[in-house]
Amino acid sequence: MIKYIKYISLFFTALLFSNGAFAAQEAETEAKEEFNVVETIFSHIGDAYEYHITEINGHPISVPLPVIVRSEERGWFIFCSNKVAHGETYEGFHIAKGGSHDGKIVELNAAGEEVRPFDLSITRNVFALLLSCTILIIIFVPMGCWYKKNPYGVPSKGHNMLEAVILYLDADILEPALGSNKTRFAPYLLTVFFFILINNLMGLIPIFPFGANLTGNISVTMVLALFTYLITNVFGSREYWKDVLWPDVPTFLKAPIPLMPLIEIISTLTKPIALMIRLFANIFAGHMIILVLICLIFIFSAAMGVAVGAGVSVVSIAFSLFMYCLELLVAFIQAYVFTMLSAIFIGLAHEGNEK
Amino acid sequence: MNLFLPESGLVIWMLVAFSILFFVLAKFAWPGIMQSITKRQEHIADSLRKADEAVKTLESLQEKGNKIIAEAQAEQVKMVQETKELNQKMIAEAKAKAESEAAKIIEAANEQIKRDKEDAIKELRQEVAALSIEMAEKVLKKELADKKAQSNYVSSLLSSMEKNTPAS
Repeated sequence: MIKYIKYISLFFTALLFSNGAFAAQEAETEAKEEFNVVETIFSHIGDAYEYHITEINGHPISVPLPVIVRSEERGWFIFCSNKVAHGETYEGFHIAKGGSHDGKIVELNAAGEEVRPFDLSITRNVFALLLSCTILIIIFVPMGCWYKKNPYGVPSKGHNMLEAVILYLDADILEPALGSNKTRFAPYLLTVFFFILINNLMGLIPIFPFGANLTGNISVTMVLALFTYLITNVFGSREYWKDVLWPDVPTFLKAPIPLMPLIEIISTLTKPIALMIRLFANIFAGHMIILVLICLIFIFSAAMGVAVGAGVSVVSIAFSLFMYCLELLVAFIQAYVFTMLSAIFIGLAHEGNEK
Repeated sequence: MNLFLPESGLVIWMLVAFSILFFVLAKFAWPGIMQSITKRQEHIADSLRKADEAVKTLESLQEKGNKIIAEAQAEQVKMVQETKELNQKMIAEAKAKAESEAAKIIEAANEQIKRDKEDAIKELRQEVAALSIEMAEKVLKKELADKKAQSNYVSSLLSSMEKNTPAS
């Protein structure tokens, strides 16, 4: 076991330095163009049409991804993102620079304005999403089949580890929050937990198939929160709806102006919105801090010379190593918190003990 | 800032991918895992309870066995004692019976002896009477010849008889 921990920590350290190293190469090439911190950070945190890996002598090395767009006038187009990667125009599409559609694929309409087509491209985040879903299915479907076949068998090491996590969730979240209804909602909550966890962890690995900051993207957390919101309300009991629409308050607060029902309806919305923002902000901020710490090296070397930058790099890397460990912790905590709060919301609405 | 605005393409992909993931895992992964975990938990709880019961049964059986052994020992001791008592009683009874029998036999013998003795005395008396009568006849025959001598003799006989006759 200790051997494995050694390998894992070595792996992470190596990744961290490679991260620093590629940033350094980037800085060398961009040193003359003036190092743009904001652009660097947001391009790492945000979405992109390709997987940027590094840049050697001004030539970017990246993995292109498919672009799928539907122009309102001309229909569907599918092409490879390297055709538009460096400011080229392909079939009338190019990547906008600046403006309200910065970094997105746009086309020119009749008036010569940049407008966005309907964009279903496999971007970096979509790629990570599909990859994580595939990994989860590859891990859990054979595991489920194995468990079904051998309910009293001895699980392998990997299955045992996952089973420990599942048992912990079962005892700590599902059982207290849902009680006897847990078999009904356990599939959703377990899926959410492992989905968030694997994407948090994949987001921390800064090389090609990973590092996409998926759970730090508000679209993703919004959909997850939407699922929780739908399940909470679709499976809400009669008491739950009574509490929302006709709460136990003096009548003048409910009619003729439905003041309390309005507040209750808003409160049902605030819960999933809080879920959405909590996960998004935690992961987003974590990635941002690490990137800022790495960028500090180049800010200092640009402002005060390479020697100072080298000195700062020691501190920066130490801090970002610390942040990586913290993020590793946050990856688990946020997955746990999202699952636990979802379970509590669903449990309260389902039992009708909402208060 | 478009970082804080949801992106329609990603939202659609996420909806589709997460729904598929959810249905696949909900159908093929979680029920199997959860059921088997529950089954195993029940199995372990059941086995522990059974083991407990087995230990209890064993203990009660041991107790019962010990009790049976103790009872058997007590019975044995009692039986031996009873046998001994019976033995002694039988011996005592036999002795008493033998003694009483012996006493009876001795008594009967004594009585027989007494009776025989009486008979003998009676016979002797008859014999003596017959002898006396015979003797008297002879004397009488002889003496009847000599009248004077006869009377003398009778008187002398009588006197001697008075002296010699036993008291009875």
